[in-house]
Amino acid sequence: MNHYPLWKYLLILAALLAGLIYTLPNFYGESPAVQISPSRASLKADAALLGRVESTLKTANLNPELTELDGNSVKARFADTDNQLKAKDVLAAQLGEDYVVALNLLPRSPQWLTKLNALPMYLGLDLRGGVHFLLQVDMNAALNKSLEAATGDIRGALRERNIAYSGVTRDGPMLSVRFRDADARNKGEAEIKQRFTDYTLNDKDEGGEFLLQASLKPEAEHRIQDAAVQQNLVTLRNRVNELGVAEPVIQQQGADRVVVQLPGVQDTARAKDILGRTATLEVRMVDETHQAVAGTPAPFGTEMFKDREGRMLLVKKQVILTGERINDAQPGFDTRSNEAAVHINLDGVGARLFKDATRENVGKRMAIILFEKGKGEIVTAPVIREEIGGGRVQISGSMTTMEAQDTALLLRAGALAAPMEIIEERTVGPSLGAENITRGFNSTKIGFIMVAIFMAAYYLMFGTISVLALAANLLLLVALLSMMQATLTLPGMAGIALTLGMAIDANVLINERIREELRNGITPQAAIHAGYDRAFGTILDSNVTTFIAGIALFMFGSGPIKGFAVVLCLGIMTSMFSAVLISRAMVNLIYGSKPRLTKVAIG
Amino acid sequence: MEFFRIKHDIPFMSYGRYTTSISLVTFLFAVFFLSTKGLNFGVDFTGGTVIEVHYTQPADLAKVRAQLTEMNLPDAVVQNFGSSLDVLIQVPVKKDISGAKLSEQVIDNLRRQDANVEKRRVEFVGSQVGKDLIDNGELALLLVSLGIVGYLWLRFEWKFGLSAIIANLHDVVIILGFFAFFQWEFSLSVLAAVLAVLGYSVNESVVVFDRIRENFRTMRKAEVTEIIDNAITRTMSRTIITHGCTQMMVGAMLFLGGETLHYFAMALTIGILFSIYSSVLVASPLLMLLGVSREDFIKPEKTEAEEVLP
Repeated sequence: MNHYPLWKYLLILAALLAGLIYTLPNFYGESPAVQISPSRASLKADAALLGRVESTLKTANLNPELTELDGNSVKARFADTDNQLKAKDVLAAQLGEDYVVALNLLPRSPQWLTKLNALPMYLGLDLRGGVHFLLQVDMNAALNKSLEAATGDIRGALRERNIAYSGVTRDGPMLSVRFRDADARNKGEAEIKQRFTDYTLNDKDEGGEFLLQASLKPEAEHRIQDAAVQQNLVTLRNRVNELGVAEPVIQQQGADRVVVQLPGVQDTARAKDILGRTATLEVRMVDETHQAVAGTPAPFGTEMFKDREGRMLLVKKQVILTGERINDAQPGFDTRSNEAAVHINLDGVGARLFKDATRENVGKRMAIILFEKGKGEIVTAPVIREEIGGGRVQISGSMTTMEAQDTALLLRAGALAAPMEIIEERTVGPSLGAENITRGFNSTKIGFIMVAIFMAAYYLMFGTISVLALAANLLLLVALLSMMQATLTLPGMAGIALTLGMAIDANVLINERIREELRNGITPQAAIHAGYDRAFGTILDSNVTTFIAGIALFMFGSGPIKGFAVVLCLGIMTSMFSAVLISRAMVNLIYGSKPRLTKVAIG
Repeated sequence: MEFFRIKHDIPFMSYGRYTTSISLVTFLFAVFFLSTKGLNFGVDFTGGTVIEVHYTQPADLAKVRAQLTEMNLPDAVVQNFGSSLDVLIQVPVKKDISGAKLSEQVIDNLRRQDANVEKRRVEFVGSQVGKDLIDNGELALLLVSLGIVGYLWLRFEWKFGLSAIIANLHDVVIILGFFAFFQWEFSLSVLAAVLAVLGYSVNESVVVFDRIRENFRTMRKAEVTEIIDNAITRTMSRTIITHGCTQMMVGAMLFLGGETLHYFAMALTIGILFSIYSSVLVASPLLMLLGVSREDFIKPEKTEAEEVLP
């Protein structure tokens, strides 16, 4: 009656073994390490870089415990933070700007475990210290920008086709093109329809004027907003690289939000400066026909901006290029004059636009304008000496090396497609993180010991079996979390403690049921059988209801709550396995082989 | 060892009138405090900035307050947090100051007073995030409630689903009532605890309901009240022991888990205590009130009888 087929024992054994292997890495702890990764996509971390790192460390007399090539980075592990910090300085000096040298922590687990892909759980920011930001992308700004660009483009297109129009204006999300007669409008409409497929067009006659109204299609709006978020993600990644963070997380959350997590970062002011730099870049022509007078309104079609020295310049409203077209920008020197310069590399579309603009405007000045929080500042306004094709642009003259570096950084870190604002920040200092680990661990430990003592005292042998099953539950849960490389947070630790407290319910139900059956006078073997059998339905029902709560928490919770929900749901699954299957296997092994069992130790 | 060796079934259902009035009174009290005092929503929901700093010597709160007033933050709340060395500063959302930069300014100013100030934790939540969290929290509560009713309907009968969810929402309101009465901070983790309690305390009702269903099948001649009394009495031992064990874990978190887990564990503790009470003394009388009967489970045996005829 109380026997399991061999395969069930083997299954349980295999599960426990796997549990042990995948739980093990969590006990080895972590050592300070230095992580070197290329700062540009064109560079790769390879064996040559590994060799360079090793020899650099050797000459500096720093002996890493381990150096390895891992993905697109080289990692070197040290015995203490002293050596780690020294190594970071030495490497940063030696490798120059091409590589990002960041401090990191590497698991100390032995090689054979790492080979099995058995890695420790990833600690959340509240346990290891660091910053979490939630950024809101300003979607309206992305749309405005696109509409503004379309206004210019429609003018260009109509002019190119020699279609007479009397003006293009924008009123909120609506663009209006005014024509003098219906014929011109028909031609214009055909042209615009063909070129601007993102817009829906409407004819409207108003006060003797022939209007053509264009508005963005909903799906185009959607696409523009999506592209804006994607562009911002890329830009943020580049910017975070500058910060030298080992394992940053940059993810989209919902339609218009971005999560940035920077483990180990303590200098939040700098992080915010770099992230919050809501800069967008635009290249426009300087208007030289009018004189800029501070305090007076800018003439029609132009805007007034200050340059870095505070001089006012009039700049045309039409945008030649935006920052998205800039692939790369590096500080350097002009080969002829040996002056500091910024070398800019444009993408294909950008190169063509730039070529056209420079051809038509030789001898005139163009302005590169940086927009931060709606305010524009002219970064530089060089004179165009000749037509520039091929997308390679050099800006030089009256720049110090420092300024060249700054300008390059601003250009390179890329413009954001839409401004962003920090709407949530959570920073945890490293000491609080360490304390949280100890507290979470201690409360789970003490709780477990109390439950174990009580169960063993109250249900004797069956209680001991329940406790062992509970321990197996903990082992499997931690193993599962490590296997999934889930992020462990303090609420997650609370979730582990809570699931353990709840998991014991299954064993209490079973044990109480066995006692009751025994009291009813059936034989111990039959009582064990009936106890497990009858309790199962109840255990299932009660776990499903908790599971429903877990799923809802996962769906609607944010950040730390999600961690709690994951642990809760996984814990329910492992507890079903351990409380029912594992404890039953133990009971079967102990009592199953005794046909004439007259008494069981259940208190 | 055995704590509960009860020979005769305890006539719980005959106390129905008293227990229902007790829960009605507690419930009304909870609603009263919720509506008069309201919940003390944490920064997660209201938006604002929380800064936890650590001093090497006991901190002089008056000086910290003066410093903040000087910074034009007179409405900042300054209090000790856990020990005299730790200080918690709460600043509500300000329209004219960018919340994102506020924490650095405050810490820089505090460092000017005492260079050893250590930044332990900063939480800044913009007001729009808080609103989203409240919306999501309400949605989660609704979804959990519907999910549980639906599941119990499938597994038992709609009467069971309805009485279980009423009993458990009654627990939730009481937990919230406690938080309102003591003005404990209602944070995101407390909300998680409340939802976990909802899932967890339904367990309790499920266990009793399971027994009631079983009893309907085995105790053919018994009255409905007897059946429910018997089910409650026989599951009582398990109820107390299970909750005791869970409470040991939660208690360890309450006392050892630090400030962050304290109110989470507190919400769970209240939830566990009241779920014992409500599942036994609220859910079951409600079940009676809704008129549960044997016919809800036992199919008429007519067809069987016809088939047996030779």
